[in-house]
Amino acid sequence: MYTAGDLRKGIKIQIDNDPYVIIDFQFVKPGKGQALYRCKMRNMISGAILDRTYRSGDTFSPADMQQRKMQFLYNQEKEYHFMDVNNYEQIMLTEEQVGDAKNYLIDNMEAEVLLYNDLAIGLTLPNFVELRIVKAEPWAKGDSVAGDSKPVTLETGYVVRVPPFVEEGTKIQVDTRTGEYVTRVKG
Amino acid sequence: MSPASKDNRSLIESGLAGKQFCLGLRAGIIQIIRQFFIARGYLEVETPFLIPAPAPEAHIDALPAGLGFLHPSPELCMKRLVCAGYTKIFQICHCFRQAERGARHLPEFTLLEWYQAHQDYLALMDECEELFVFISRELGRGAELIYQGQTIRLQRPWERLTVSAAFAQYTDLDPATALAQDRFDELMVTCIEPRLGQNRPTFLKDYPASLAALARLHQETPGVAERFELYVAGLELANAFSELIDPGEQAQRFKKEQAQRAAQHKTVYPWPRKFIEALADMPPCAGIALGVDRLVMLFADQPQIDAVVAFTPEEL
Repeated sequence: MYTAGDLRKGIKIQIDNDPYVIIDFQFVKPGKGQALYRCKMRNMISGAILDRTYRSGDTFSPADMQQRKMQFLYNQEKEYHFMDVNNYEQIMLTEEQVGDAKNYLIDNMEAEVLLYNDLAIGLTLPNFVELRIVKAEPWAKGDSVAGDSKPVTLETGYVVRVPPFVEEGTKIQVDTRTGEYVTRVKG
Repeated sequence: MSPASKDNRSLIESGLAGKQFCLGLRAGIIQIIRQFFIARGYLEVETPFLIPAPAPEAHIDALPAGLGFLHPSPELCMKRLVCAGYTKIFQICHCFRQAERGARHLPEFTLLEWYQAHQDYLALMDECEELFVFISRELGRGAELIYQGQTIRLQRPWERLTVSAAFAQYTDLDPATALAQDRFDELMVTCIEPRLGQNRPTFLKDYPASLAALARLHQETPGVAERFELYVAGLELANAFSELIDPGEQAQRFKKEQAQRAAQHKTVYPWPRKFIEALADMPPCAGIALGVDRLVMLFADQPQIDAVVAFTPEEL
């Protein structure tokens, strides 16, 4: 059970039998008045946006969801296919449900698939993933035009900015929460 | 500092270094506030942070500490000083309120509170205007303030708007109906506050009597109390009253607030007996609390309170 004081961005709660994720959150309190918690939420099934204001006494059930570790198999057009390696069961997510995670998905990558009443509705990636650079401009010493960073293309097609000394073929770590370069890795 | 250690500094420390402008401005504003009040014959006072019995207010939650509480405001102690004959006093101090954290709230924040005997809330409106004009001039700013893209003219007089006029203008309900439906605070926050103090600051005045436990009832309009809040660019900066000086009436109102706290399963604070007793000697008086952090936000043009304090609780 959550109370209003627990509400913040990213928390998933149950409202009228649907799971919602809080996408924007504001604590407000007028003068000598009550504390109010203004939330903008997205229905995790329909995608509909909901604005609600809660008070300190209000309580919420966490959205009743399961997570299952699955392997990414392939994508075809706007469909993304995953498999549970324990029972070989396969599920499909739409491009919308996959969201920004599509920038980091490569074959055989493991991810947590979110299920609501056995229906797959979303995806959580590890915070850090390792991807190879497939295209980068070479770095000429003393070349100041490039500045502090340069854009490179990763094996997923995603373009990220890296320090100028990072070269084509290098494997790098990317933070999936921010979409930013973290460091070079061996391999 | 060597370049290597500079690179290794954590995000918080580099954020701190980036606060030099705001922290400098903050120090300057606090100094200017002192000059303003001292020049007007106010005495600067200090009252204890650790107190046994905070004012019983329904929606202000004091932090327990030791055998008592950290004060949520210096109000009761400062009023006891007024009762004892200190007719013009001010204080700048940290105050503490449980579970208040947001873009404009810190659980530990800085209040400027001042009292003047033989005055009412209307005199405090004038004094607020004079204080802001003085700060702006001493900072070398003009008569205009730019906050988050809005230009606010500080020339006096500022707007004076009653709570019932604000409800009529910006909502479909009158204050009494909003209170009955428990929607007063929600409408205030969503429909009214964002529209206040847009071109010049606004004094929102004459609150329903039930929302002013420590204020005197209005001398002419029934059902409302002599309380105002100051808004600039939608930001709430100060709360003021013509103080209630009748001990019997004050005791009754505190009992109502205590009952509200009990009904919400909140801590009911010990009875502030010494304050109630002292009130018998209270001269007519007006008092006001102004959020110093928010005042700095305004002059620093910062939307987040985090920017104007050295450390937020999360950074400790």
